[in-house]
Amino acid sequence: MGIHYGMGVLAMIYIFILAIFTGVEVISRVPTVLHTPLMSGANAIHGIVLIGGVIVLGQAGGNATLCALGFIAVILGTLNVVGGFVVTDRMLEMFKAKPRNSEKNEQ
Amino acid sequence: MSSDFVAQAAYLIASFLFILGLKRLSTPRTARSGNIVAAIGMALALGGTFVLPGMGNFGLILVAIAIGTAPGWLLAKRVKMTAMPQMVSLFNGMGGACAMFISLGEWFRPIAQFSLTVPGLGTWTPQVFAPRSVGDCIPTLLGVVFGAVSFTGSLVAFGKLQGLITEKPVRYPQQKLINALLVALIVAAGWIAVYHQNFSIWIIIVALSALALGVLQVLPIGGADMPVVISVLNSCTGLAAAVTGFSMQNMAMIIAGTLVGAAGSLLTLLMCKAMNRSLLKVVFGSFGSVAGPGGIATTDQSMREIAASECAIMMGYARKVIIIPGYGLAVGQGQHLVHELEELLEKRGVEVKYAIHPVAGRMPGHMNVLLAEADVPYPKLLDMEEINPEFDQADVALIVGANDVVNPAARTDPGSPIYGMPILNADKAKNVIVIKRGRGAGFAGIENGLFYDPKTRMLFGDAKKALQELVSEVKAL
Repeated sequence: MGIHYGMGVLAMIYIFILAIFTGVEVISRVPTVLHTPLMSGANAIHGIVLIGGVIVLGQAGGNATLCALGFIAVILGTLNVVGGFVVTDRMLEMFKAKPRNSEKNEQ
Repeated sequence: MSSDFVAQAAYLIASFLFILGLKRLSTPRTARSGNIVAAIGMALALGGTFVLPGMGNFGLILVAIAIGTAPGWLLAKRVKMTAMPQMVSLFNGMGGACAMFISLGEWFRPIAQFSLTVPGLGTWTPQVFAPRSVGDCIPTLLGVVFGAVSFTGSLVAFGKLQGLITEKPVRYPQQKLINALLVALIVAAGWIAVYHQNFSIWIIIVALSALALGVLQVLPIGGADMPVVISVLNSCTGLAAAVTGFSMQNMAMIIAGTLVGAAGSLLTLLMCKAMNRSLLKVVFGSFGSVAGPGGIATTDQSMREIAASECAIMMGYARKVIIIPGYGLAVGQGQHLVHELEELLEKRGVEVKYAIHPVAGRMPGHMNVLLAEADVPYPKLLDMEEINPEFDQADVALIVGANDVVNPAARTDPGSPIYGMPILNADKAKNVIVIKRGRGAGFAGIENGLFYDPKTRMLFGDAKKALQELVSEVKAL
């Protein structure tokens, strides 16, 4: 099995559970306007699988099967990360152009 | 040890940045910076990975990253805002495939390697597969399954929204039985794979069955439910990333993957709530199959057509107009025209507001993105709860390319498949004008009684052309 960072299974499960609550809590007050960009942004964040691909490829040594799997994984993961963040940025760029809130106060 | 420490520190900071980024993404003012914060976290996590102990093949890694960056960047920069949902789905599928390949790589990774040097003959390095414990196998297997389902499921969702595959639910006999058998096959093959780790055929069977399951599970779901499907698959990939993190004991992957899995699930539930659909019904049933006979018996009545010039008069002399944009507006690229129309009317002293249904467009918030692109002022976009009480005072409700979200059957007809779904009360306005491409039923295939209402007038035509006519007629008033 890969490299152990002195992290027990139990510790990983603790982190898993805490991350579930964090994920729910952090976005629970999101307005509907931002649902699409948020989904896209979250999509970019799970591109973290990219680093798994890098590890597989990086630690493959000369093993052809692992090299091939890792190589494909890194390409796909990069697509997910780059595409995800760029597309989210494009969506959010448009929200910036909106006028001041003064208009709402007048009504 | 110290390089390991550097990598772990990078992961720690990256995890913090992911949480901060998500947090900032959920407020309009900070959203863009939130995305950038998360991207910095990703760069940091990637950098940390390079200094992990035992890393090599750096040339190959950089080449693969370069190959992935170019199309990712181009696709993201070129895609039209209307095609955004399928693009998210496509990138999501790539992430799922990545998780599947990593988990397969993890499965095939030799556990112990040793070298045998025979003098005169060279070095021999056999790859020994020491059996893993069941506990070590489970996250790897789950990574393969979640990743594969996410991969093919997202590709089918992409195909449906892109128009490559029919948007109608694809039905085939015994689909539930076939899916159940596939799940059983995955479990059985996975079980055997754990105990026969030397035979790679079993893990391949697991992967292939999961790939097939992704296709067969999404094919029978109609286009109207695709936003929910994309959201489900998004959290599925998050989960795949998390379990892969478990099998690789990688903190950053566990945290980022779980965050997305949890946030994605909440988003899915919010979407289902807006559509009054249970998640189970979306995944196991579909709109299309109940369409037609379940609708109200209004087909014998006729729709009343109207000319653009008359519409212009109705709106130009109204006091208050509420515009209800739907996906048809986006498809016809009419967002800029609708904004022009709104400005013309405002100049004439007409109060104009937009009513945004939570699922207008194809994903929650999609319509807001499209209208923001056309520079429609943000305060003019009102949520369903805010705008519904105002319809009574509206002289005209202008419906552009929306259908199911204004269908009164959702309030009145318990037999309708959309009964109970919260809708925009366009039928409460004094007059209703509907811009619609044809006479057919909506995206979900359900008849809409509002179109036959005596106070409703139909302006048939492509959204862009109809709006163009309206704009020039209003100018001429």
